[in-house]
Amino acid sequence: MEIIAIESTPKTPAIKFDAKKGRLEIKGRSIPENSVEFYKPLVESLEQYASSPNSPTQVDIQLEYFNTASSKCILDVLKRLESIHRQGNQVIINWYYEEDDEDMREAGEDYQAIVNLAFNMQQVEVE
Amino acid sequence: MDIHDFYDKMDRDNILLSFKGDITAELLTSILQIIESKMDNMQEEPKMKKKVYIVLVELLQNLYHHMDDPSLETGNTADASRTAIFMIGKEQNHYNVITGNYIKNDKVTGLKKKMDEINALPPEQLKEHYKKILNNGQMSDKGGGGLGMVDIARRTGKPLFYQFTPINDNFSFFTLNIVIEQ
Repeated sequence: MEIIAIESTPKTPAIKFDAKKGRLEIKGRSIPENSVEFYKPLVESLEQYASSPNSPTQVDIQLEYFNTASSKCILDVLKRLESIHRQGNQVIINWYYEEDDEDMREAGEDYQAIVNLAFNMQQVEVE
Repeated sequence: MDIHDFYDKMDRDNILLSFKGDITAELLTSILQIIESKMDNMQEEPKMKKKVYIVLVELLQNLYHHMDDPSLETGNTADASRTAIFMIGKEQNHYNVITGNYIKNDKVTGLKKKMDEINALPPEQLKEHYKKILNNGQMSDKGGGGLGMVDIARRTGKPLFYQFTPINDNFSFFTLNIVIEQ
């Protein structure tokens, strides 16, 4: 299975997805004008991955900012992970937010309330 | 045009950046970079910086995706293309962001209704409204689905101040003024 490795840009996050190890990492800013196009490769890989997923799948999400156009795409990603979990596989979601960034913490809580997955809320120090 | 007058006005209103012209993806990137480095130079608080930045992203991307082009109707492409105006100013303890763009008259009522609904909601309900649109809402390829406006209201905790100026039978000019306080 393929490995996705996308470098970060000022408008898009770094994405690393190693299907073999069951590791997904999304890190940085997500403010592209066309978010659907940007997240398409990841969403499609997760769809494939769902047919024979690792257990556990570990997901680390550390976003500095994301725009509302990305918020739906991130939900899409989480919903695919939710369905993997529903098939009886363990899915670990680590949601990182900078200390004092209540908005990002709240964003994680919002997602947690929508998808049926437990999030580990991880506070990180500001660099 | 009296440039000194213009200078004085921008000075009085503490305008950090003002732009009128075509809205392209490259331009948005540049504006965001300029404002970010200006806020760094002013040693703006990290929290405020984030808030201003993300509100700007939403406002500018709204312009990018949704503005209408009067020249398409008149056929006079030299006249105006995807042109809009954008301004950001800093007062003592708040930022003022103003955007202005053409909008088709048939969209005015819908947009007004959407903003009035948002303005009427207390913070807790705004949060629920956001989650509802995120989870069930119809999002176009462009993103949005009205989520941007809800997000701005939620982050600023202030009403969306807007104005529609009728231009002709087909178009109005839509002005949006967003206040960002600490």
